[in-house]
Amino acid sequence: MNDPHGPHDQPTTGYTGPTGPADPTAVLSARGMVKAFGGVRVLNGVSMDVRAREVVVVVGPSGSGKTTFLRCLNHLESIDEGEILVHGRRVGYKDGLDRLVEERPRAIAARRRNIGFVFQRFNLFPHLSALDNVAVAPVKVLGVPKAEAREQAQALLARVGLAHKASSRPSVLSGGQQQRVAIARALAMKPELMLFDEPTSALDPEMVGEVVTVMKELVEDGLTMIVVTHEMGFARSAADRLVMFDQGVILEEGTPEKLMTDPDHQRTRAFLRRIDGHG
Amino acid sequence: MADTSLLADSAQVAGFDWSFFWHYLISPSGTFLEGLWRTVYISVVAQALGVLLGLVIALAQRSRFAALRWGGGAYVWLIRGTPLLVQLVLVYNGLAAAGVYRFTDVQVGGLVLLGVVQAAVLTLAVNEAAYMAEIIRAALDAIDRGQTEAAQALGMTPSLTMRVVLLPQALRIIVPPLGNEFNLMMKSTSLLSVIGLQEMFLTAQSINSATFKTFEIFLVAACYYLALTTVWSFVQRSIERRLADPGTTPPPGPSLRERLVGGRGGGPAPRGTAVVGKEPTLAGREAS
Repeated sequence: MNDPHGPHDQPTTGYTGPTGPADPTAVLSARGMVKAFGGVRVLNGVSMDVRAREVVVVVGPSGSGKTTFLRCLNHLESIDEGEILVHGRRVGYKDGLDRLVEERPRAIAARRRNIGFVFQRFNLFPHLSALDNVAVAPVKVLGVPKAEAREQAQALLARVGLAHKASSRPSVLSGGQQQRVAIARALAMKPELMLFDEPTSALDPEMVGEVVTVMKELVEDGLTMIVVTHEMGFARSAADRLVMFDQGVILEEGTPEKLMTDPDHQRTRAFLRRIDGHG
Repeated sequence: MADTSLLADSAQVAGFDWSFFWHYLISPSGTFLEGLWRTVYISVVAQALGVLLGLVIALAQRSRFAALRWGGGAYVWLIRGTPLLVQLVLVYNGLAAAGVYRFTDVQVGGLVLLGVVQAAVLTLAVNEAAYMAEIIRAALDAIDRGQTEAAQALGMTPSLTMRVVLLPQALRIIVPPLGNEFNLMMKSTSLLSVIGLQEMFLTAQSINSATFKTFEIFLVAACYYLALTTVWSFVQRSIERRLADPGTTPPPGPSLRERLVGGRGGGPAPRGTAVVGKEPTLAGREAS
């Protein structure tokens, strides 16, 4: 009855998300994303459109597929079905003879250049200084002259409040500082879409604030963002849209106000009440 | 008169000829030094080539193309599965005997590169590459998957990710076992005597057959091998220090005494039982 390996236990919901073909004018347009790990469907038909300057916060219980969804958007994970367009261009796949085929690594890399990704565990390069962590991709990937890239990197570090840590290695930085460097590193590629995968979950509570502050500033600067987080304070003040994931589908979505006060689903209400108490 | 000289002779044959030992240790003959020099440069060149070839094999083993992965695995299996001694004889004598290839002396600039040296360097490098490939592969595998993902998310291609993110980090993991490999390499060159290469061991052997001072001359050779590996252990330590992350406190390195006698703490190792020239292992260092 409660077999987690079968697709039959997916909840039937009234929500279908955007319908029709993917919208090439949106910053992100995803249709029918399906992803299975060893027979378990982690994503079971997820569709979403995100317009320029929109901030979408994704929530949902652990195992609901929200992190996998985010990782699929820049092809850190492949998808089994569906389609993802970023700025009207397909991510990870190209037309084959009768179906989509996976792109070659070089082409996938090119598509990722303008999609920023911030990891839960920062993943800074430990052998490089904070400044070089930020400057390395513009130099190596975009071919920006070294001096220019370092100047930009210094400005980005200043923007996240870490100008004085430019020469520090990640290992001497606190978690909050590391995550801010990681945000600066993603910004250095001048992304049109920023994906945040639980950016504050690995932080000590007293460091959450500094990272959230930086993220709010990015919202004010008009960056298009999809944020997986349980920081309801951020969602309430910064999100245009709150998306509730459950068992591999979008259970419902709406303004933070609507979902937090008057959700359509009892599960949404219960879940948000639970995490808001902790957040 | 005749009696005393006979006595002196037999004493010399039975005992240890200190003056001979010191003489060869302090002012070795030109041929001995030449042998020593061959040991050094063959080790260095073979190790360097072995690292490069090992890197190629390691990358092949991680390739997205199955044929390359299979080829890399087969190489390691074949080379690590057969003794170096057998490989040396096969390459130098075997190929020539079968009429496949005979290593001949070639003139490079003003230098004559002996055929036997070519065969030696080639075989040692090919052999070493199999071990280095495994070391490099393990080092790359030890790096957190998040590093690759971060590089990918920044739009780096697989080759850029390897060059900019993975290899620099792998280097720090590779150096301690690489040091061990080079230590072994210098000692392995003594095997080259079987293909008639006049390195340090074979030079000692020919001095032995001329003087019959077996214990003395091989003890001199042992001292020189020990000197080489000791100098190398200091070089290795300084490389490790340079590669260490300045942000983290590097684990305290073994002291000079630990380095030389291999002990860890406690009193000095009892005389005569010291394990001379044993390299401290990575695990041993972490345990400190």
